[in-house]
Amino acid sequence: MKIISCIKQVPASSNVDVDPDTGVLIRDGNNVKMNPYDLYSLEASYAIQAKAKDAKTHAITMGPPSASEVLKEALFMGTDDASLISDRAFAGADVLATAYTLSQMIRYIGGYDVIVCGKQTTDGDTAQVGPEIAEFLGIPHVPYVKDIISVEHDALIVKSTYDDYEEIVKIKTPCLITIDKGGFVPRLPSYKRKMSFKNNKIPMVSLKDLPDQNPDHYGLNGSPTQVEEIFPPSNDMDTVTINQTPEKTADTLIDILKERRYV
Amino acid sequence: MAYIKVNQSKVDQKIADKLQDLCPFGAFDYEDAYLSINAACKVCKICVTKGPNGVCEFIEDDRPRIDKSKYKGIAVYIEHHDNKAHPVSWELIGKAQELAKTTKEEIQAILVGSNVEHIAKEALTYGVDRVFVYDKPLYHDFNVETYTHAVEHAFKTFKSNIILMGGTPLGRSFAPRVAARLKTGLTADCTMLDIKPDGDLLQIRPAFGGNIMAKIHTPNHRPQLATIRYKMFDKPEKTEPNGKIIHVDTADISTQTNLELIEILRQPKVDDISDAEVIIAVGRAFKKKEDLALIEPLRKQLNAEVACTRPLIENGWFDPRKQIGLSGRTVKPKLIINLGISGAVQFIEGMKDSECIISINSDDDNKLFELSHYAIKGDIYDILPHLNDRLESILKGAS
Ligand SMILES: Cc1cc2nc3c(=O)[nH]c(=O)nc-3n(C[C@H](O)[C@H](O)[C@H](O)COP(=O)(O)OP(=O)(O)OC[C@H]3O[C@@H](n4cnc5c(N)ncnc54)[C@H](O)[C@@H]3O)c2cc1C
Ligand SMILES: Nc1ncnc2c1ncn2[C@@H]1O[C@H](COP(=O)(O)O)[C@@H](O)[C@H]1O
Repeated sequence: MKIISCIKQVPASSNVDVDPDTGVLIRDGNNVKMNPYDLYSLEASYAIQAKAKDAKTHAITMGPPSASEVLKEALFMGTDDASLISDRAFAGADVLATAYTLSQMIRYIGGYDVIVCGKQTTDGDTAQVGPEIAEFLGIPHVPYVKDIISVEHDALIVKSTYDDYEEIVKIKTPCLITIDKGGFVPRLPSYKRKMSFKNNKIPMVSLKDLPDQNPDHYGLNGSPTQVEEIFPPSNDMDTVTINQTPEKTADTLIDILKERRYV
Repeated sequence: MAYIKVNQSKVDQKIADKLQDLCPFGAFDYEDAYLSINAACKVCKICVTKGPNGVCEFIEDDRPRIDKSKYKGIAVYIEHHDNKAHPVSWELIGKAQELAKTTKEEIQAILVGSNVEHIAKEALTYGVDRVFVYDKPLYHDFNVETYTHAVEHAFKTFKSNIILMGGTPLGRSFAPRVAARLKTGLTADCTMLDIKPDGDLLQIRPAFGGNIMAKIHTPNHRPQLATIRYKMFDKPEKTEPNGKIIHVDTADISTQTNLELIEILRQPKVDDISDAEVIIAVGRAFKKKEDLALIEPLRKQLNAEVACTRPLIENGWFDPRKQIGLSGRTVKPKLIINLGISGAVQFIEGMKDSECIISINSDDDNKLFELSHYAIKGDIYDILPHLNDRLESILKGAS
């Protein structure tokens, strides 16, 4: 059995800000980490591996060459293989183009049984990439999985969590699942694995390796949605500003609440 | 092909430094006097609009254009559970009607299910012109594969310009499947929608994980697909039904699926903050979970629901259903008191329509103050104990 995990590098803090004069995003580009949901999904891939016979795990990410850091982290945690997919032609990819690129990468690797994605990323936050990959591969998907109940020879039985209900679903392999937090506790990277992978280079795949090499299907050109404009959020509110001693502030608050008949 | 072109003749070290500073995604590399754009580029075009004049240029797509006049109608996918429509569907119909004022398009509803005639009729009472009904026993339970076959059929038959879906957990799994099937764009969790006279939908949402909004459009693909969270828009008034119910022949639609639902388990209900009249929202100012006890007297007095920002969910202090914001719940209470919250755009989008907003923060320089009716500067650890004393003495006085 082959299990492929899609993981992504995201900004480490969400303290991204906007310069009020230029409207430009200020962010600390060097400060990155693995998308937290992808830590859960890696752990889920190990859970499936443990329940299956002879299963291998393979992590992939699409991003700039520096994104191979998250692949190393996956290897240190316990993933067997890793590859990066990176090409200037992928720049400006929206969800459709990202999912298409990843689906092409998965076809290039081939022979997969289960694809595991995080529920969502903390930067894009769309939760759309996983289901779109499944559609491009023509395989079923189950979102928000919290438990792998069993692994059968041609199917998984999983529990997935919606807002106020849960579903137990049998999904035939090959398939894709996205992993919610709560069900899997990510392990720490192992020092021993770190040492043994120290000199490994992460293989890099680019457009020329993929089954579909038409650049029109990737990056900005393969993206139906485009950003027309970015702008800082606006507001026009009349604000009463209160800046008093804590005692006085408490009195003022009581007055405001009294006025509105809450007290 | 569309791309950002760098006019190298105008580039020197200074220009390169400027552009590297300007780009929020670190997408410029300058090596051997050559400025290139790497894979981190998101084509936000800030280098074109705000960069040094004439250095970066956006080259428009010269591929064939689709004929937009062939696609008409704003459709809403009607989500339902236990034979009841999810109210987000009606909210979206209200928004569709607003948009249609500009384009004079028909309002459509797509309904897939088993024995759902009553939902189709209900849709008509919200002013839908045509409801496309896919009704058969196979559709009794939601199945992302069979339902995608049905919605694909609906688009290919009725050629809607736009399809809107609720950004519910179900919608967020279903909409991307439909988008990839139809090879079209999808914008998740829009907070505003607008439309151009030619029918191009403007999808507005916070973007790039920052305090910034993006206006996104789908210039050359149909349908235009977007998801919108529950409670983002108002439910429309009911009207005299005037539309038609179209029963679609489902005989030729694929029923292929590799999914089998074994069991649905109900989760215990958590008090829903979406419908709360009074909310106390707490943020990272609270250093320890125990400190939340400071808000107890106020919570009791106001009979308020307690909600929080995302970091507190990440700390495991609250059930995820208590989170306000873009990736949490949208709330519209009569009163919300924000305690130690910085006002990131993702939080604000979830509560900005509250009737009365009171915010307490020790730092003047936070984004929530300018959106509040009462901006109170101060430390929660100083103010709350005094407030609790006052509340106590009022209670004593009353008894
Ligand atoms: C894609 C994406 C989606 C997101 N979705 C959401 C969402 O739905 N909801 C959400 O909430 N967040 C969301 N976030 C996170 C969001 O960007 C912010 O990080 C988060 O809202 C900040 O929470 P906070 O205000 O509690 O913390 P902080 O930003 O740390 O602010 C704490 C505030 O408390 C004040 N303070 C500190 N001590 C005191 C004191 N003793 N007394 C008074 N004031 C004090 C500080 O001045 C500061 O303003 C999202 C982020 C991303 C990238
Ligand atoms: N660039 C990427 N490389 C690899 N996997 C990705 C990438 N972007 C998204 N994913 C996967 O898709 C999931 C959902 O991402 P998103 O739709 O951006 O919220 C993530 O948790 C990853 O599993």
